[in-house]
Order: sequence, then C-alpha cells, then structure tokens
Amino acid sequence: MLLQIHEPGETPAPHELERSQAIGIDLGTTNSVVAMVSGDHPEVLRDGSGDGLVPSVVAYVYDEPIVGKQAQAELAHHPDLVISSIKRLMGRGAADVKKLAGALPYELAPAEEGKPGDKKFGGMVRLKVGDQILSPVEISADILKALKLRAEISLGHKVEKAVITVPAYFDDAARTATKDAARLAGLEVLRLVNEPTAAALAYGLDSAAEGIYAVYDLGGGTFDISLLKLQKGVFQVLATGGDAQLGGDDFDHALAEWAMRRTGITGLTSGEAKILLQAARAAKERLTTASGAELKATVAGHDVRQSIDRGTFEILIEPLLGRTLRACRQVLEDAKLTVSEVKGVVLVGGSTRVPLVRAFVADFFKQQPLADINPDEVVAVGAALQAKALTQGSETLLLDVIPLSLGVETMGGIVERVIERNTPIPVTKAQDFTTYQDSQTGMLIHVVQGERETVDACRSLGRLELTGIPPLVAGAARIRVTYAVDADGLLTVSAEEKTTGVKAEIAVKPSYGLTDDEMADMLRDSLTYAREDMEKRLLLESRVEAERVLLALNAALKADGALLSPQERAEIDRVAQIVKELVAGDDRVRIHAAMEDLDRATHDFAQKRMDRAIQMALRGQRLDEVEAGMATDGAQ
Amino acid sequence: MAVVEKIGGAGAGATFVPCWSCKGPVASRALFCHTCGAVQAPGSTDHFTRLGMAPGFDLDDEKLEKQYLGFQRVLHPDRFAGKPAKERLIAESQAVALNEAYETLNDPLKRATYLLGLKGVNSEVTEEKTVNDPALLMEALEKREALAEAESADAIEDLMISAGTTAIQLLSDISLAFAADDLAAANRSVLRLKYLRKFLEEARLRRAALES
Repeated sequence: MLLQIHEPGETPAPHELERSQAIGIDLGTTNSVVAMVSGDHPEVLRDGSGDGLVPSVVAYVYDEPIVGKQAQAELAHHPDLVISSIKRLMGRGAADVKKLAGALPYELAPAEEGKPGDKKFGGMVRLKVGDQILSPVEISADILKALKLRAEISLGHKVEKAVITVPAYFDDAARTATKDAARLAGLEVLRLVNEPTAAALAYGLDSAAEGIYAVYDLGGGTFDISLLKLQKGVFQVLATGGDAQLGGDDFDHALAEWAMRRTGITGLTSGEAKILLQAARAAKERLTTASGAELKATVAGHDVRQSIDRGTFEILIEPLLGRTLRACRQVLEDAKLTVSEVKGVVLVGGSTRVPLVRAFVADFFKQQPLADINPDEVVAVGAALQAKALTQGSETLLLDVIPLSLGVETMGGIVERVIERNTPIPVTKAQDFTTYQDSQTGMLIHVVQGERETVDACRSLGRLELTGIPPLVAGAARIRVTYAVDADGLLTVSAEEKTTGVKAEIAVKPSYGLTDDEMADMLRDSLTYAREDMEKRLLLESRVEAERVLLALNAALKADGALLSPQERAEIDRVAQIVKELVAGDDRVRIHAAMEDLDRATHDFAQKRMDRAIQMALRGQRLDEVEAGMATDGAQ
Repeated sequence: MAVVEKIGGAGAGATFVPCWSCKGPVASRALFCHTCGAVQAPGSTDHFTRLGMAPGFDLDDEKLEKQYLGFQRVLHPDRFAGKPAKERLIAESQAVALNEAYETLNDPLKRATYLLGLKGVNSEVTEEKTVNDPALLMEALEKREALAEAESADAIEDLMISAGTTAIQLLSDISLAFAADDLAAANRSVLRLKYLRKFLEEARLRRAALES
C-alpha cells in the first residue's frame, strides 16, 4: 500500500479513500453495535439474519474466543468460561464487582497472581477464566476484534480506524481501559465519544433539531443523562451526569434476588449466578410487552419457577429509577435550566424499552420522550457519523464536557478540585503546591476524580511520585501541577518546580488501570498487533508529516519563490524530490533523514522570507499590506 | 525564534513570527498561516481579544456564544483529525485557549474578577490573602448561622431565594461600578458575590443532604 502525494483539491485515489474509512462502535454492557457511513447514509452492519446487535459476551471454550450469540449459547454448558457484562469492570478494582446474594458472577483472579513486584501492575481486577487470567481490557478487545471483523467482511477490506463510544459518566480509568482495549484489537481510536452525545448527533442530524435536548441513556450497566444545546450543526453539551453502575443489569439482579428470596435458595456458584441472571433477563424482556412472565432456571439442584407480573417487577425496579431522576435533577441544576426549557427528550439504551422507565421520564420532563431511532442502535449510528466527520470532514461539531471533577489529595485526606465537572474539553488547568518540610525533595501527588470532599469518597485515578525537587526550606518550592484533559476526556498530569525550573520526574501508578509495562506485554502477546503493526503506524505518521512539509514548501515557493536564485531553487527542488521519492517507499529512517536535509536546504529561504517581511514593516507598511505583498498569488 | 515588533504605522504593536510549518512570516495573532494554511499556536492575548469581544463588564451574551462557537468551528481538534500529530496538538491548544476564554467571560463573576485583574486589581481570594471587610464578614457569619439553624429543605430554599436576589442586585452594582470606572466599588461587590456564591453552594449541599 503506497501513499501517493496529490495536489490539494485533487481527489484521492480510490484505495486511499477505502483506507481512510472508519467505523463507529458502540461497545455496550449487554450488546455492541458497529455502524458506518457509506455515501451519505449511516448504516448498522448486520449479521446474516439481519440482526445488528452483537451480544457483548465472550466464550473461552476453544483456542480462539467466540463472541456474540454463539458465545451466549455456550453459557449453559460452560458457565465458567463465558463472560458477559465485562464493561462494568473496565478500570475497576476487585471490590467494585457486584455480587448476587454473595455470589460473584465472575471468578476473580487473586491480585497480581504469580507476578512479583507490584509497581509494574495497575489495580484493575483480573478474571480467572478456565486456566487463563484475563483483564477486562483483553476481554473487551476480543469483542472489538469481532466487531472489526464484522465490518471487514461487510466492506471487503481492512478496517483500522474507529470512533468508540463510552458512557458520558465513565471515569478516566474506564476511558483509558477502553482505549487500551482498542489498541489490543488493532484499532486506532480517532475519538472516544460520549454515548448520549453520539445519540444526539444521530438524532439531531436526522431531524434537524435545534434547541435544548435531554438524552436519557439507560443501558445494560450504565446510566447517563446529558443536556445538549443544538444549533446550526454544533452539538454543545451543557451538563452531563449519571451513574456508571446503574443499568438493566441491576433490574436483572433485582429480579434474580427476588426469585432467590421466594425459593429460599442460597450459596450459588459464580456459574449458577450467571445462569440465574440470564433467566432473570429473559423474564424482564418478556415483561416489556407481556403483563406477566415466568422466571425459569435450574440452579443449586433446584428448579426455579417463579411467575411474576409486571406490577411486581415495577415495584422491584422503582428505587433504581428514582436514582436516575435524581441525576436528571442534578444536571438541570448544573446547567441552570428548568424542565420547561427542555425541548425534547431522547431515549437511548435497551433498558428504556421498559414501560415504567418511559412513564418515569415522561412524568419528570412533562413530555412524551422521543424514541424514533432504534434506542439500541442510535449510539452506534452517531459514532459512525462522527467517524465520517473525522475522516472526511463535516459541518457538524461536537463540544463535550468532563463528567466528573478532577482533584488532588491535600493534607488530611481533603480533595482540592483542579477541574470542575461539566467544564468543556479540551481543558488545561494548573495548581501550585509547596513543600511542608525543609529540604523535602520528593512529593506524592494523588489524583482523584469525583464530587465528594474527602479522598475516600472519590475515585482514585493514580499516584504520581515526584522526585528531584531542589532542597529548599519548607514552603519555598513552588510545584506547579498541570492537569490536561484532551478531547477524548483523557487526563494527563505533569509537574514542574517553578522557582528553579526543574522538571520533576514523575512515575504514574494507575489505581485501577494497567501500567505501561502491562500494556506493552499484552501488545507483544497480541496476534493482531504485532511489532510490524507498530512499525507500520510509525511509517504512516512519518509519511503524513513529510506530506505536510512538502505541501507547506510548495505554498512557500509559490508565494515567495522569486526571492531565490535559480541555483538556490534548483537545490531545494532536488532535496524535495528526494523526500517525495522516499515517501513512496517504506523506509521511515530515510524519510526522516531526508526531511532533515530539506530543513537545512530551506533554511536560507525561510530567513529571506522573514527578512523581507521585517523590511516591509520597517518601511511602515501595515501588517495586512505586508501579508498581501507576501501572498502575491492569493494563496489562502 | 525572533519576534519582530513592528515600528510605527497604523498597525503599531502588531508583530509577526515565523510559521512553524512553512517558516515564512505570519502575524502573531493569526489563526492560520496566510501562505501555507497551517493552524498557528494560540499565543498569549487577553480573553476578550481572543474571542473578538470589546473588553468590558457588560457584554452581549449571544454575541459571545456566537464568537466562541465560530472559532471552535475552525479550530477544534476534530477539524484536524487526519493531520500530522503536531498540527493536531496545536489545534488542541487553540481549543483549550478558547474554552478558557469562554469559561471566564461567560460567567459574570469570573468575568468581573478577570477584568479587575486586567486593570491591576487582584480580586482573587486565597489562603494568604483573606478579606478584612467587617460588614462582609458579619453578613457571611449571619448567613452561615441561619443555614446551620435551618432544619427543613423549605427553610433552606427561603435562604437561597434571598441570597439569589442579593446576587442579582450585586451584578447590577458591579456593572454600574465598572461603568463609572470605580474599581474599588467593583472589587467590594465582587468579593461579596464570591461569598454569596459559596454560601449558595453550601446551601445546595445541605438541602440535598436533607432531601435524601
């Protein structure tokens, strides 16, 4: 695959367009969906029977993992080898796993089993699946690989880029874990987009909506509520809130626990817990349209058979829905808006099919919610639209916010907030700290996320160890800690001692993530992302950079080429030609070397251009005249 | 890199710098290079200039939003997704600067504090620099006591409504003070409004705690 340089405005060669095609992925707790835009229309990629939903279930029964419906079918025979709802464990610790009456629906691996030296390992939970130890990142990567394959089969060529959606309320650890999973699956993430924002994009573009809209997104494991202002193609998130541990799964848990209480069953194994939860889910789904259903399963030597009517089910889930409404009230308050200012409410997520959910939303927002686009597919459609916007350009723009405040631990376990929730991203904020002991040369910076005042009540993201602070009296050092959140909502923390300018060394140990070492190991082990892939990516990046340099030089020569003597011009053209030829090859090192040569060859030219501008300025010409004089052929 | 200060002429004060991409001269406040089209780094300028607004406390909210969205449309990193990493980073720093400017100017209290800062009055409340206005301290103390004694969500609601009314009055006081260029008066009202905002936040938390 060769990259051809084309003049701006010229149509790229067809194979280039193909390669730039990117997919949109909704990586859900219960189901995942992959979509893409072909021509102007977003399209959900379906299986042979027309089904767009891929159950987010992975079975590790054979050498190669199985994903989707076939994996679900394995549950009855190999409950210990089938993993579902893995999204709930992304960026989570062992203590976060939800139990079913004391039984975990997963078998947890002992922490850092067989791997000494805890510095190397992040605190994310690991699962024991048969004789393998797997992290949620690896299991999610297997789901992503299956979705990638579905897209490749449907398109007939390789797919390497994707927009992946995450719950708006996902914290930094869970977002990082999602991006890591994509890397393992061999997908370059163009952007992580928040699920309600993606849904609003799909909905807004479809209906040309303008005004303030609420997106109520109740999925399998997470709940998001976002308020957006839609105007002239800009989708601006005003506030977002939710609960990253609340979804349809909790309805299943409520039903399963109810059945256990009624039958007096206790002490389930993790495999039995999975089977009972699956039976509960089936009963719940029947209750969406039927007024009654039967929960049937065989666990712990008992045949569980419990009839349940919709009214009883609704009593079980009412407290959970109350929690969603509290979050709705909070975002309205955060955005300083009232219910009457909300023009429409969009329902997203499979759990919004439950009739009581719709009734609660309608009652709260005083209007019938909208569900014109299939609530299971709307997020993936939005992701596909954004994938197209990022690869082929677009008139629309998503402006999102950070869902949870970011802070730092100070004396006494109190959180000092550095970035407030609902701040638009990307954002950078700095905070100054000082030492509290004479000659203190090190400092531990504990980064936390959440709204509470104390560190214990917030989510720990990681600890940075700062060394190399110059030994000064207590309080004299000025350590500036900078939090930078990028457009994916991902945080980077850096630190510098300001009085001496010493850049302190920092080492990050993620509380619930994977360390860089662990990621490196997994990438090495991964079949789809071997070393060659890394090389290929670096080569592509070099080519893109070389192409930029050539285009910039071209523009400069067009505007100011007259400043050069024929000999000078010939020399620049000669070196540029070498770069051009090397870009068509695949030797990254030589491309780099040639670009350095080109930089040297154009040094005097750049100097002449600057000198001329200075001279024109000295003669008293206005800046715009100077610019007009320099851009004689009217190039941009 | 050399920065050239233009001497004399109508555009006095304007500077130009070499474009990072094509190395040619480009106005230091330009968003894009007029020769090669590459996006330029945000540079340092005040928030009003960045968003193309006339500096002042009273400003047109709708125009501010329009300006902000207009700049984001061309500078947001999503517009540069296929570009080299360096260009994406520059676009990101532009978007960061726009967000910071908009966040500051969109909130009247932050805007007033920022404007005072531009005029050389430091209105930031820090641990070292506390307020010593006895009337303000007394008012804050009384409000705190009333909040501590409030036992129902309704009682807190009443306190919040009264504080909210004062806050609106203070905004108009600040506007008048800036119009008269009375910075000391503006600063007093800004500090009082800061205390009120803090009080309202505490009241909200108390009310939420009582409700749940």
